[in-house]
Amino acid sequence: MTTTLTRPGALAASGHPLVRPDAAKHLTDAQVEELGRELDAVRDEVLAKRGATDAAYIRRVIKVQRSLEFAGRGALMFSKYKPAWFAGTAMLSVAKILENMEIGHNVLHGQWDWMRDPDIHSTTWEWDFVTPARSWQHTHNDLHHRWTNVIGKDKDIGYNLLRMDPDQPWKPFNLGNPLYNALLAPVFEWGIAVYDLEILEYKEGLKSKEAMHRDLKAMGKKVLTQFSKDYAATPAVAMLTGSGKQALYGTLAANAIRNFWAHAVIFCGHFPDGTDTFTEEEVDGETRGDWYVRQMIGSANISGSRLMHLMTGNLSHQIEHHCFPDLPSNRYAEVAVKVREITSRYKLPYTTGPLPKQVGSTWAKIFKLALPNRAPKAATA
Amino acid sequence: MRCMKNIIGRDYIVVMMIRFKKLARAASALTTPLTPEDFLSLFNPVYSSRQLRGVVTRVVHETEDSATIYFRPGSGWHAHQAGQWARIGVELDGVRQWRSYSLSNAADSEPAITVKDAGSVSHVLVRDTKPGDILFLAPPQGDFVLPEHPRSLLMLTAGSGITPVMSMIRTLIPRRPDADVVLINSNSTPERSVFREELDELADQFPNLTVRHWFTSVRGRLDFTAKAIADLCPDWRDRAAYACGPESFLDDAEDLWNREAALETARAVPIGGEGAATRPSGGSTLTIERFSTDLTAGAGHDGGLVTFEQSDREVQADGATPLLDVGEDAGVLMPSGCRMGICHSCLIPLRAGAVRDLRTGEVHNEPGQLIQTCVSAAAGPVNLDL
Ligand SMILES: Cc1cc2nc3c(=O)[nH]c(=O)nc-3n(C[C@H](O)[C@H](O)[C@H](O)COP(=O)(O)OP(=O)(O)OC[C@H]3O[C@@H](n4cnc5c(N)ncnc54)[C@H](O)[C@@H]3O)c2cc1C
Ligand code: FES
Repeated sequence: MTTTLTRPGALAASGHPLVRPDAAKHLTDAQVEELGRELDAVRDEVLAKRGATDAAYIRRVIKVQRSLEFAGRGALMFSKYKPAWFAGTAMLSVAKILENMEIGHNVLHGQWDWMRDPDIHSTTWEWDFVTPARSWQHTHNDLHHRWTNVIGKDKDIGYNLLRMDPDQPWKPFNLGNPLYNALLAPVFEWGIAVYDLEILEYKEGLKSKEAMHRDLKAMGKKVLTQFSKDYAATPAVAMLTGSGKQALYGTLAANAIRNFWAHAVIFCGHFPDGTDTFTEEEVDGETRGDWYVRQMIGSANISGSRLMHLMTGNLSHQIEHHCFPDLPSNRYAEVAVKVREITSRYKLPYTTGPLPKQVGSTWAKIFKLALPNRAPKAATA
Repeated sequence: MRCMKNIIGRDYIVVMMIRFKKLARAASALTTPLTPEDFLSLFNPVYSSRQLRGVVTRVVHETEDSATIYFRPGSGWHAHQAGQWARIGVELDGVRQWRSYSLSNAADSEPAITVKDAGSVSHVLVRDTKPGDILFLAPPQGDFVLPEHPRSLLMLTAGSGITPVMSMIRTLIPRRPDADVVLINSNSTPERSVFREELDELADQFPNLTVRHWFTSVRGRLDFTAKAIADLCPDWRDRAAYACGPESFLDDAEDLWNREAALETARAVPIGGEGAATRPSGGSTLTIERFSTDLTAGAGHDGGLVTFEQSDREVQADGATPLLDVGEDAGVLMPSGCRMGICHSCLIPLRAGAVRDLRTGEVHNEPGQLIQTCVSAAAGPVNLDL
């Protein structure tokens, strides 16, 4: 009867972009079209199955997360005792990670909108992260997911701070690449918040003064409530037991741990070895199939246990998430089997590896790109 | 005295609620961006900052295909007036579905709905609901309620249409000796007649209630002629009438009252100013409650692309599906109420495009106009401000 699509609307089923990326050069238009159909079918299959078990899954995760947060903050009330400090900090860290990754990120993608539950909905959700949900949805859902890895369009490539691709021109500033990244990790949520303000767009006149004003106000409010909860209100209550200072340190540690983790996982999404970036010619005239190709070869997975998938918010299935950003995250594992089979049949790369390897590979790139590109070697041997 | 107590009790509750709200606001400094209720719901699922819920306390099977569900609502609910209905939400395979149900219990008792298994939602309510389950709720509403001043009444009901009237009878009969109610209740068989025994008992016990059962399996459909109704209730013209039941039952009732009204005006003319002679005129008003609406008048046209502007969704919709269903299927949080064009809870401003009223076939295309999404379908591209 009806079909749904998230705007900005559908891409053509057939045709071809001005230039097809290297990794997909061997495919004909008809093959790419067929690949698009196959991936659409994978999506439809999940949509047909989606139901009560999925709803129960997200509710369970939310319940676990809230219980952990409740228990963690409770333990921090008595954090002048060392074991309580460690237990509280650990529980709060895990709670914050779950809240941001498996719950917040995915709810804000609209993965659970189909339940029609106003308590778990992309238009009502607010998360435990300094950037306001609505600003993030704009830069992340609208811009990053649409322009994934397109140089000049996807500002997530280095977040205006790091040089993450050899096609980005080198400046002396980039010598600090590894240093900036190391400094960014523990305060990642602040980095994202500043990034979501789109200050460069504003300077270039692409973002209006009113919009800037509105975003600054929203962020100011969010920063204030977040800050006063974590560093004033909850430590103040802990002062009743003489644990005020320790509770503050515990919360600070939990935020930093969450930031380190989120930073590590998110940088593994598009930067490890094997992922491609794209030029605007490679996007111009892109079909539905080509869009899928770009998402697949521009993203990287993290292999690991179910716990790993949960703690990364299933961004360990970055490839699947980028192909189907609004499918419920608990379905990515089964989708991954099919996507992987499709990529191998079409001879497309499928980048995956354990976390340490992917983190290492990302850091290697950050170090390498701190320096100007090496001149291509002479063809003579 | 009882009144006094009630008022004091209510004030106390209001004060407590205000205190609780203040406390909750203070506590939210500790829980932001969540609310204290989000944490309280870990212990008691009735708590929610965003949606009213109730816990099912009891389920009574009335007939083979109907059941009464009693529930304890969370804060935000208000007591219903006899005859009102509430929106009830349940989850079907993980998806929230809303329908309207009349409250069948007396006005000041624990709220309850009586549901007949007739489709997807009612089936789950009747067959699968058990004590402890959560129902999603919206506070009672509706103006199918008892007259402000005491009057003799005639109630016409068929099938599950007895529910709002049952609430009226339960509220009125035991407490008001001066009440005078005749009920004509149509059902296929005695076994399928909801509340039959309780109605008979009430009629035995209280002389101010007369119950006339009509079983269609024995006597065929109730004929809405003046004579047939007078056979069941001779002074029907003097009574304020209320009717609730299937579409055709209500249409027939309306026809009869319209015919009578026309006769009255015709008769009133020759008699002139001698008001007393036109005794029945103005006496018999008919108030009806519909459980469904005919949406076929506007069907048979093409739909269009529907854009939910703020929710950032686009959906291709046909010309027969109400925009309310279209939006819900797309995961948009749509405001809704009766889902049949009577309560206006579903209004959304039209930004651009055209919609067709499925009841009449009329097309609306004025930007800024408020659209009743439950009875409107796309008539070409539509852009809604939601
Ligand atoms: C103000 C108000 C008060 C109401 N009060 C009550 C009440 O007190 N008690 C009560 O029981 N109901 C009441 N209703 C009706 C109720 O809201 C629902 O419409 C009713 O329960 C049917 O909903 P459903 O989801 O079960 O049916 P749906 O699945 O929505 O089906 C709607 C209709 O289509 C028919 N249908 C469904 N599937 C099929 C099929 N496969 N083939 C053919 N026909 C089909 C059903 O018979 C049903 O009549 C009230 C409605 C309103 C507006
Ligand atoms: S929902 Fe009641 S009028 Fe539309």
